[in-house]
Amino acid sequence: MTFPKGKLVAIMGLSGCGKTTLLRHIGGVLKPTRGYIKMDGQVTSDLDQDGMYAMRRKMGMLFQFGALFTDMSVYDNVAFQMREHTDLPEELIHDLVLMKLHAVGLRGTQDLMPSELSGGMARRVALARAVALDPMLIMYDEPFAGLDPISLTLVGDLIRRLNDSLGATSIVVTHDIQESLKIVDYVYFMASGVIVAEGTPDEIRASEKDFVHQFVHGEMDGPVPFHYPGGDYRHDLNLQS
Amino acid sequence: MPAIKAIKGIGRRTINAVWHIGVATRFFLLTLTHSGSGFRRFHLIIKELFSTGVMSLIIIIVAGLFVGMVLGLQGYETLKRYGSESALGSLVALSLVRELGPVVAALLFASRAGSAMTAEIGLMKATEQISAMEMMAVNPIARIVAPRFWAGVISMPLLAALFSAVGVFGGYFVGVVQIGVDEGSFWSQMQAGVDFREDILNGVIKSFVFGIVVTVIALYEGYDAPPTAEGVSGATTRTVVTSSLAILMLDFILTAIMFRGV
Amino acid sequence: MERTTIDLWVGIFVVAGIAALGMLAMKVGNLGTYNVSESYQVHAYFSNIGGLKTKASIKSAGVLVGRVTDITLDTERYEAKVVMSLDKRYQFPKDTFANILTSGLLGEQYIGLLPGGDDQMLKSGEQLKKTQSAIVLEDMIGKFIYNKADEPAK
Repeated sequence: MTFPKGKLVAIMGLSGCGKTTLLRHIGGVLKPTRGYIKMDGQVTSDLDQDGMYAMRRKMGMLFQFGALFTDMSVYDNVAFQMREHTDLPEELIHDLVLMKLHAVGLRGTQDLMPSELSGGMARRVALARAVALDPMLIMYDEPFAGLDPISLTLVGDLIRRLNDSLGATSIVVTHDIQESLKIVDYVYFMASGVIVAEGTPDEIRASEKDFVHQFVHGEMDGPVPFHYPGGDYRHDLNLQS
Repeated sequence: MPAIKAIKGIGRRTINAVWHIGVATRFFLLTLTHSGSGFRRFHLIIKELFSTGVMSLIIIIVAGLFVGMVLGLQGYETLKRYGSESALGSLVALSLVRELGPVVAALLFASRAGSAMTAEIGLMKATEQISAMEMMAVNPIARIVAPRFWAGVISMPLLAALFSAVGVFGGYFVGVVQIGVDEGSFWSQMQAGVDFREDILNGVIKSFVFGIVVTVIALYEGYDAPPTAEGVSGATTRTVVTSSLAILMLDFILTAIMFRGV
Repeated sequence: MERTTIDLWVGIFVVAGIAALGMLAMKVGNLGTYNVSESYQVHAYFSNIGGLKTKASIKSAGVLVGRVTDITLDTERYEAKVVMSLDKRYQFPKDTFANILTSGLLGEQYIGLLPGGDDQMLKSGEQLKKTQSAIVLEDMIGKFIYNKADEPAK
């Protein structure tokens, strides 16, 4: 799997097929037992803790439900990394934070606490926080989960625009196929830890592969069976045949 | 064989407990080594001092007052039989300074501040805030755990001292104001009976040790909690149970060392 | 640094805690009665100190004048060597008498000083020569029985 610079790539698959695990590997939270991840010329699993931390400063990540720090205001959440990693004066941080919040359309929320935000707003604040230090790689873990249609389109659009304006590489992990096919450049399909299909959105839509077809069109039965493997149904119900 | 099964169960639990102690110790050392950056961000410790120390003030003061009043009442009834009511001051002060102050304050601290710490960190973990922080290249031990640890360690002796001081006044109120023990002998017997180094400093050392133990247990349980609702609630319960037991056991050991010179 | 109400509350908490510690030390404890800087050391030998402990009080005419700081067994004389720290304000003649006494029937043991008539005053590091050991209850009872046995039968 490769994620070329400046592109927006989606990883799709069923729940539990290893998408989030993949992101954790890229972020260096988990160490791969086999294989390696190479980013910006460095193999991540070879780095020590300081190297890993330096590498992570070039990454931004949007977590499944935002993962905003609940004990800080929206403003402090976005300013968090700037304060931790830079020596910028507070006035400059103030301007930067407002710019980031403006980019996601939430400049007016700076004094609110995360608990006062709706799900879609929290997701957008988290997005502003993820790009606070202008990362070269942005990872999105289920950015569309649990959003209403308007927020969903909004977040999808923001992901595309942020990717283009920052010139960053983006990886979107999702199973919201229709929304992601609208915005991404390339798609990987994963099933139980391996890639089963890949291609541009148009190729995926036209794909004849059973699995992809089932996934894209949301059919109940197919290569992914409706029934969890079990014993003989009649036998389980104690019926004599 | 049920007997063998039972023995196996005990063995497994013992190994598990020792394992936890090992991990918790490593966690404690990790917290210490990452405390440097915590002290550079002193405002974080101040913030945590507010939520651990200041928020525990009311319960500590009210509990201290009532414990002191009960001591005054019970002590008077017992001492009266030997005609030595004048020793009431010394009895109240020694019980509070040596034992009840550090121990009861630590038990209250564990259930008030310790459980809150566990729940807070457990929730941060469940909502991926800790992972998020790690992905932002900020060490969560240094940013989240260390300030809470130091706030707990600083608060505990202060809370225990407040507890004892308020308790002495509670005993004074019941003994002198209500019952009518001679005020002069109440205070002078107290001063004659309580030694600064032997009793008060040892009490402070006790509460300091309890502060370390309770905060480490609370933080470790929160950090180690499974990131689910059941996980967090279970960890909160374990914090209170484990730290209460640890306080009482350690109290026995510390008392044996300090006052018996074992 | 901007100031917040949290800072104020934490300040109140810390000040109250330290004040409580100070109150415990001065009013509840005996730190207020310690005058470590203004004291001088003397020592005395006793053949038996009974239940005397370090930090026991030293009184003269019922007034607290010092504390026992150290108790050791002198292996040359096989007697207890008791080091006392006395308040500088109180000077005693060289032939002062040191008794180990008990406050009440079952109370703590302390050292009572009975001043003699010498012109010379005790200096730091000197020895109190005249001492009387603790009265041990068992010895007294033993003596009493022995005396009774000695009395001629009536």
